[in-house]
Amino acid sequence: MDALILARMQFAANITFHILFPTISIGMGWVLLFFRLRWLKTRNGPDAAAAQGWLDAYRFWTKVFALSFALGVVSGITMSFQFGTNWPGFMEKAGNIAGPLLGYEVLTAFFLEAGFLGVMLFGHGKVSERVHFIATFCVAFGTTLSAFWILALNSWMQTPAGHEIIDGVYHVKSWVEVIFNPSFPYRFTHMLLASALTCAFLLIGLSAWQTLRGVAQRSAPRVMRTGLTLAALLVPVQIFVGDAHGLNTLEHQPAKIAAMEGVWETERGAPLLLFAIPDSTTRSNHYEIKVPKLASLILTHEADGEIKGLNSFGDAHPPPLPLFFAFRIMVGVGMLMLAASWLGWWLLRRAQWRPAGLPRVLLWVFAGMTFSGWVATVAGWYVTEIGRQPFIIYGLLRTADVVSKTPSAMIGLTLALYITLYLALIVAYVTVLKYMAEKPEEVLAEDARDQAATPAGAMTSGATS
Amino acid sequence: MNWMSFDTALPIIFMALMGVSMLVYVVSDGYDLGVGMLMHRATDAEKDVMVASIGPFWDANETWLVLGVGILLIAFPRAHGVVLGELYLPVALMLIGLMLRGVAFDFRVKARDTHKQTWDRLFFAGSTLAAVSQGWMLGRYVSGFGTGWNYPLFAAAIAVALPMAYVLMGATWLIMKTEGELQQRAIGWAKTAWAPMVGGMVLISMATPWVSEVVRERWFALPEVIALMAIPLMTGIALLAVRGLLHSEAVRGPICWLPFVLLIVVFVLGFLGLAYSIYPFVVIGQMTIWQAASSPAALKVILIGTCISVPAIAGYTVFSYRVFRGKTGELKYA
Repeated sequence: MDALILARMQFAANITFHILFPTISIGMGWVLLFFRLRWLKTRNGPDAAAAQGWLDAYRFWTKVFALSFALGVVSGITMSFQFGTNWPGFMEKAGNIAGPLLGYEVLTAFFLEAGFLGVMLFGHGKVSERVHFIATFCVAFGTTLSAFWILALNSWMQTPAGHEIIDGVYHVKSWVEVIFNPSFPYRFTHMLLASALTCAFLLIGLSAWQTLRGVAQRSAPRVMRTGLTLAALLVPVQIFVGDAHGLNTLEHQPAKIAAMEGVWETERGAPLLLFAIPDSTTRSNHYEIKVPKLASLILTHEADGEIKGLNSFGDAHPPPLPLFFAFRIMVGVGMLMLAASWLGWWLLRRAQWRPAGLPRVLLWVFAGMTFSGWVATVAGWYVTEIGRQPFIIYGLLRTADVVSKTPSAMIGLTLALYITLYLALIVAYVTVLKYMAEKPEEVLAEDARDQAATPAGAMTSGATS
Repeated sequence: MNWMSFDTALPIIFMALMGVSMLVYVVSDGYDLGVGMLMHRATDAEKDVMVASIGPFWDANETWLVLGVGILLIAFPRAHGVVLGELYLPVALMLIGLMLRGVAFDFRVKARDTHKQTWDRLFFAGSTLAAVSQGWMLGRYVSGFGTGWNYPLFAAAIAVALPMAYVLMGATWLIMKTEGELQQRAIGWAKTAWAPMVGGMVLISMATPWVSEVVRERWFALPEVIALMAIPLMTGIALLAVRGLLHSEAVRGPICWLPFVLLIVVFVLGFLGLAYSIYPFVVIGQMTIWQAASSPAALKVILIGTCISVPAIAGYTVFSYRVFRGKTGELKYA
């Protein structure tokens, strides 16, 4: 295989592994803030069991947060090297724009790591409630801010604006235009919602697993209700935002849409393909199953709207096969989430919010969907990133022109090492989460030990042990 | 202030920031990795104490690497590509080592008995892999990525010497943070690592002028040479003092922190010597910091964020070391 494909695969492997953990920590920060708030509101109230439930939920999920955050940091170190090792030409040409945006991301994460996280993890009972609450808020806000910078850069690469090119080097004309480029608001919102949904299904899934195993503690009903409510509310919003994002893409990156929908020739009233196998060699689709005019209706909101075909872009279009399927996986998981969350919320309400009152088959479905957010998020990122090809900066700079000159054997070797490690680590992470879910009391006891082992006033980032 | 001159000074500011980040990383993660490399020599109970002694620090220590490489990436994008392209394989190996070490840290506490040993082994393996890769990278970097039989040999020597320096750091860290039998063993480990570390330092000091004419002229020009002699002299004295301390009983008493602090001094001196050799190059003999830097406009934007974050991080780091001073054993019951 040639170096370009291998370098892309390696970068994809690294960033795919990395994004799994921020996706959890971005949303989880806010969920933790909510748990903390509920505890603060109920702790002096009449229902002591409810208050304890919220506190348990906070403490248990803080441990999940800490583990995910640590894996995010560890895999993030790799990312700071991957730009130089794989795309030296990119930083050479676009460093003036990418540098500051990446820099702010690193500094935000670093800042967070150094300060507020330690207070949040170890400060319970040592600092005042107000300080602790502010620290939790800062952690949630900080992870979101990190996402802001990265999404700004990624969106700029998709829909570049606010720059000028002098001798092949990109210079900033307006930071506002660079950051708030045309696709940024859509992509950022879409990603934040994806993160929230990933968390929601993690909450639902682990509580369902605890209920099935008969280890559900005081917090499980509250956690599951929170997760289901969050999902039931946000899936429709996500569908709406996704649609808006699609329209934005049609305007700025029509080739990506053509590839997602498997449209080869420009046509009016394009059908929606439920299934097909787009073939880049024959430049046609095999085994089409289609609904007439629906693609035009969805994308242009007119039955006879025009969709440009791949053939009208010359060679400047992405490969349709991976986009076509990744997009359908994302949408499919989204639909499943919609059905599961609405049905689940309704049934849980009928069961007086007791997870044990839910049908076991539904609990199994929930447990099976614990990591469904990961699947949808990664599939979505593949659509948008492969969809930018063959460009690294859409329409301006080709990926092939910035790739490193490292021999492909070397890239292949390191790729194999990374993939092996990542698969093992994902297995380890999921196993540990399962273990934690099955032994919640031990997790709370470990938390209590950590709290005791930390001297009063110590606010350390020994986040993880 | 004259803005033109400020623009010229910007790359120097970032070079200094990057250098300091890297120095802090090497010193702080150096002792973490050193402790990791000593893990397999300890009993299970000692392992827990060893891990606990670095527990509150390692995560933050590692982030200095991200900051250092981050500055290389964002302030000197052209050099980032060249340096990391040259060091492609060792970088990948180091990252894999750091990842293994990092997750082993998390998982060894969460896993129960059966898996704990596996994670401990990975902790050792990850630390060693990362340290050896870093040594190789340092060797390649200071010799200007030269080709020919002698350059890889030189890098290989550093790839042994730097881990030894880390082990020495780790052992003196343990002398400072632990008591009793473990402390006694740490003294033994430190004695073993002393000679290879000193050999490595001598090797680097000799090789850099041999590799680069710029460096040679800079170090052996006449008036400067007298002032510069201070660096190797002080380094030598500090290293001999460490050796003397290791062989005396006093090191187990109230001055148990001294060998560790002296080693920090050695690292700082070595860093100053290296900085003096290399400046103003970011890739020796190929690219100066001005050639590699981003535009002044971009650097100014980054500088604002840096001015807010870095002092806060530094202040916090000092605070956290103050809170966790003293022997690790005591910490548990504080």
